[in-house]
Amino acid sequence: MQFFFEVLIGGLLAGVMYSLVALGFVLIYKASGVFNFAQGAMVFLAALTFVGLQEKFGLPLWGAFPLTLGVMVLLGIGIERVVLRPLVNQPQITLFMATIGLAFFLEGVAQLVWGTEVRRLDLGLQDEPIESVMERFNLLISKFDLVAALVAGLLVAVLAVFFNKTRIGRALRAVADDHQAALAVGIPLKQIWAIVWSVAGFVALVAGLLWGARNGVQFALTFVALKALPVLILGGFESVLGAIVGGLIIGASEKLAEVYLPSLMSDFLLKHYDISINLAGIEGWFAYMLALVFLLVRPEGLFGERHIDRV
Amino acid sequence: MEHEHNTGRRIGGTFLSVENISLAFGGVKALTDISFDVREHEIRAIIGPNGAGKSSMLNCINGVYRPQQGTIRFDGQAFQQMDPHKAASMGIARTFQNIALFKGMSVLDNMMTGRSLKMHTNLFLQALYVGPNRREELEHRQKVEHIIDFLQIESVRKTPVGRLPYGVQKRVELGRALAAEPRLLLLDEPMAGMNIEEKQDMCRFILDVNDEFGTTIVLIEHDMGVVMDVSDRVVVLDYGKKIGDGTPAEVRANQAVIDAYLGVAH
Repeated sequence: MQFFFEVLIGGLLAGVMYSLVALGFVLIYKASGVFNFAQGAMVFLAALTFVGLQEKFGLPLWGAFPLTLGVMVLLGIGIERVVLRPLVNQPQITLFMATIGLAFFLEGVAQLVWGTEVRRLDLGLQDEPIESVMERFNLLISKFDLVAALVAGLLVAVLAVFFNKTRIGRALRAVADDHQAALAVGIPLKQIWAIVWSVAGFVALVAGLLWGARNGVQFALTFVALKALPVLILGGFESVLGAIVGGLIIGASEKLAEVYLPSLMSDFLLKHYDISINLAGIEGWFAYMLALVFLLVRPEGLFGERHIDRV
Repeated sequence: MEHEHNTGRRIGGTFLSVENISLAFGGVKALTDISFDVREHEIRAIIGPNGAGKSSMLNCINGVYRPQQGTIRFDGQAFQQMDPHKAASMGIARTFQNIALFKGMSVLDNMMTGRSLKMHTNLFLQALYVGPNRREELEHRQKVEHIIDFLQIESVRKTPVGRLPYGVQKRVELGRALAAEPRLLLLDEPMAGMNIEEKQDMCRFILDVNDEFGTTIVLIEHDMGVVMDVSDRVVVLDYGKKIGDGTPAEVRANQAVIDAYLGVAH
């Protein structure tokens, strides 16, 4: 039982890390109704810029952070100017294609400026069990995971309040729904987009730091974005709350499946069909399976907006 | 019965004037050298057969389209080209031919977006949702509720707009435009696709808006009966050119207009 809890808690904490990446997608989706293909590239760029600044100028953590944040905000404003502004009132597929182009551009620029080798990112957090918890409950819980989860949780809470309790949330939904109508009622489309892309840049930075510290800052960081996909499908593309709940479900079920499913499955197969098989690597595909099932049952996700079409 | 409703209002001086507007999309000339004026507090109709350029004209006034030539003069300021946001901030609100509401949002939220420009507190400070922000939100809500009462859509205020019947959606769109407390209201076929009863209701709302709030209205309409009843003056367009301008009675007697609508014998 104790092992079960260890797996569960480890999974939940990892799930929060997924949520963090998913959150970036949700922000852009809420503001433009578009899946931002470049989110992974932004995570990569943010982490690489952070490490690069640290190395080049010998900056401490608290020096490199605001600088990188500044870069990400400038990037957000730049994206609005150069990419989005000419595409106002274009079909959403056009915007989506633009984000694909943006992804390649950002990946290229990041590597051009900072080089391609894998870098270590040290946030001063050790990935080791917390002693007090180990003593009292006999559970192994990583200090790094816990802090990462707390940071992500805090970020989600702040953003949830920001978007649900203010008129920005309303303006965002309006902009995502119909650019032309939003302009006609006087919603400042350009500012809204610049703000949202800057905030998405900030979220990408936090995600990049935590994931970079865990896996090293390398090109593979861009693939972290792929793990956010099932989270979004589960939680709903336009829900901040959905991103966190979806992340928790994916994280926990993935880890539990990895640990318990192989033995269950091979036992079952051996008993009923007399097939002996060794199942491994379930963690790699389980999340996508779950997402697929969800798409069949509830395509708008747990917290997504149900779409109504009149015929 | 043309002027029965204007007991309480006084038509003022020129409020909006469109001067020599020409608009082309590639080789297609949507508008050619159009000029007309709109006086304060008046209801001005733009009529014409399909493809005459009526919607294009409206789209030039609020800056969705940018005409190649001509000037738009609104409230004393001259513009070569309008911009939708600028137009909104100067007090021009509009509805669209194909309803452009935010479908996933409730009637109330849709109408609150109409007040975007009336909200003054800082975009970031609103995140706090305390003190002045909360009070402001409540004041705006009150104004919107007043409009909801006025348009008699109390019962659906929390319903997502996408779920409402067409006629009610049209009314909500009018409501969102009214929420901005506009000085000039542009209505693009407010009665298209409605049955007689819905049309009568909409007519009444338009006249009441004009009467109670003194809002200047420019409207596009196909139904000649409606146009003759509601409007003070009418502009007639055909193939992007102005072929008539005057009171409903004058326009009705205009031979060019009759030809455009009924065809000419060859």
